[in-house]
Amino acid sequence: MNFRTMFEPKTMAVIGLSLQNERHPANIIYNKNFFRYPVKVYPVNPRGGIYHKEKVFTSVSEIPEMVDLAIIAVRSEYVPGILEECINSGVGGAAVISGGFAESGNAALQERMVKTAKEAYFPFIGPNCLGIYSSNQVDTFFLPSERMVRPEAGKVSIVSQSGGILVDQMVKFAQQGVGLSRAISIGNKAVVRELELLRFLARDKKTAVIAFYVEGFNKSEGREFALAAGRCPKPVIVMKAGKSPGGSRAVTSHTASIAGDYAVFSSVMSQFGIVEARDEFEMVSFCESLSCYPVGIEGRVGIITASGGHGAVAVDTCAGAGLQVPPVPAAVQNQIRKKLSDNIQPIASIGNPIDLTGSAKDNDFVVVASELSKWKEIDCLLVLLLPYIPEITSDVGARLSQVSQESEKPIVAYVPHVEKYRMIIEGFQLNNVPVSHSIEGAVLMVEAMRRCRPC
Amino acid sequence: MLIKEIQKILKDYRKTGWVFEPDAKRILGMADLEIPRFAWARRPEEALTFARSAGYPVVAKVISTEALHKSDVGGVIVGIKNEQELEGAFERLQKIKGCEGILVEETLAGVELIVGSKIDEQFGPVILLGVGGIAVEVYRDTVIRLAPLEERDVSSMIRGLTARRLLEGYRGTEPVNIELLTALLMKFSNLVRDLESHIESIDLNPVMCTSRRCVVADARIILKKHKKSVSASG
Repeated sequence: MNFRTMFEPKTMAVIGLSLQNERHPANIIYNKNFFRYPVKVYPVNPRGGIYHKEKVFTSVSEIPEMVDLAIIAVRSEYVPGILEECINSGVGGAAVISGGFAESGNAALQERMVKTAKEAYFPFIGPNCLGIYSSNQVDTFFLPSERMVRPEAGKVSIVSQSGGILVDQMVKFAQQGVGLSRAISIGNKAVVRELELLRFLARDKKTAVIAFYVEGFNKSEGREFALAAGRCPKPVIVMKAGKSPGGSRAVTSHTASIAGDYAVFSSVMSQFGIVEARDEFEMVSFCESLSCYPVGIEGRVGIITASGGHGAVAVDTCAGAGLQVPPVPAAVQNQIRKKLSDNIQPIASIGNPIDLTGSAKDNDFVVVASELSKWKEIDCLLVLLLPYIPEITSDVGARLSQVSQESEKPIVAYVPHVEKYRMIIEGFQLNNVPVSHSIEGAVLMVEAMRRCRPC
Repeated sequence: MLIKEIQKILKDYRKTGWVFEPDAKRILGMADLEIPRFAWARRPEEALTFARSAGYPVVAKVISTEALHKSDVGGVIVGIKNEQELEGAFERLQKIKGCEGILVEETLAGVELIVGSKIDEQFGPVILLGVGGIAVEVYRDTVIRLAPLEERDVSSMIRGLTARRLLEGYRGTEPVNIELLTALLMKFSNLVRDLESHIESIDLNPVMCTSRRCVVADARIILKKHKKSVSASG
């Protein structure tokens, strides 16, 4: 099955558009794409007519061009017939927005669609889903444009069984400044499942990090997914819902009791270097970090700060996350100290954490980051930046980012996220350095890189 | 490929739903895992004959369709030092409901581990390694990996245990022979591959490990239920 045309359609049919009800999902989808996206949209309704001065086609087969993507938003009983029309008209793929299938006890109807689609190698997303959001390309979510929170275009793609969680993640991406490539709501995942999308996104040039929100896999599907994700050259992040055991099942062996659904899930994820996000906060932090640095590290951290307290908290948090903070040997310490501003040379403590004190200047952070990056015993830097100390300027984010680009050692920054420090934050983020608004979040970003490799 | 003898054992126990310990051990023995010397005694004399040749102390366990978890019904007696004690043990165990004989075997020592497998609905066969004994579910110090295992998986499994240091020899105790443990896990993983379509789960608990041996002291093989399978939800 070819997914490319579906995710980057040049032409799109919206089937089920209403001439009476402007709040109909099909109308919302039609309008947002008509006004905002570089895609030619055709309205379809069997009754025909004129909608907003455009001709309404009575069937997808009437459309004079090849249709790349069909959006199907009609009553469930009509969907199988429309799928066949799409197949016969050479449509590239479809997103079935309509509900009323397996999720509401109508499995037979869904099975019919699956059979039809598979025989024709016709990909469709859903049913019972929001469909596809590709930044700056297409948006099939039936949420009015003015209600949507759109993250900036970026490199992370998310696949979610739940549309609600997906839209929520987009809000969090926007808040946190994480760039989004594609967001795909797969609903009942009748034909296109996590596995198919993993394979597509692994080759997708617009995706660098692949994130999933998973509720459950079908029989043996988890194994195939884990093996494929383990071979995927891009970081794969998974958040799982349904961690608590459902109901009481008669358990006859210790192994069956301990190796419950979630224990197996979590173990297999780490076995294959798939980063499991335990909650939404981790999900966003991991996505931001791995989109900047799609690499695995061992997790030996150098910490640079201007406050002893921040350093101590960071060391504790690192220890709790299984990260090491190796002490800087005397020779390296001397090397670093020589390059500091005269006023802090005698007072800075350079053990690790490195505390440059409240008198530090931008340049002190830059030289320490640069020197520490050369030291082989660490593979990541954590910079706890306190923008309120007097000598720090708004240039510091961009300058520190340059150190990371040159040394190729990841830098993760902590900066309190308030509006007045935005230029520092953007100095980092726009130059590919992830920034968290909490020390815990920054440590999570480091942890993401450590977990992004088979254990 | 399963050899005929194993297939026959599995077939014999299909109704029971799980394999009696002596036959479970025979299966493991055929897969080249080390098992203790044992006898399935129907009469006291058979138990005594075995103990005479194996040497005391011995362990006696009930074999019963009603006793999947033997220790829960007082079905395990350890440290039997002489004939008199063995006769007494035999008599007591025989009274347990459904008793179909007594398993008598040599006494083993070492670090108690659990090695197990389960056929997971979403992920297929997985292998578990952990701290064994009756407190398995209290400490829950276990690691799980997708089967089949590779040797490097085994070393990462051992590293993943909190009790790793106990295996390496802690404060003067004898370390566990990691090569033997690795070999046992690899053989077990191969056996699970062959048994996959027949089983639901397996517990080898405990596996007794020293610097010289890794022996399966108890084994429980739960067979797959042969009812019409319910298809996974969408």
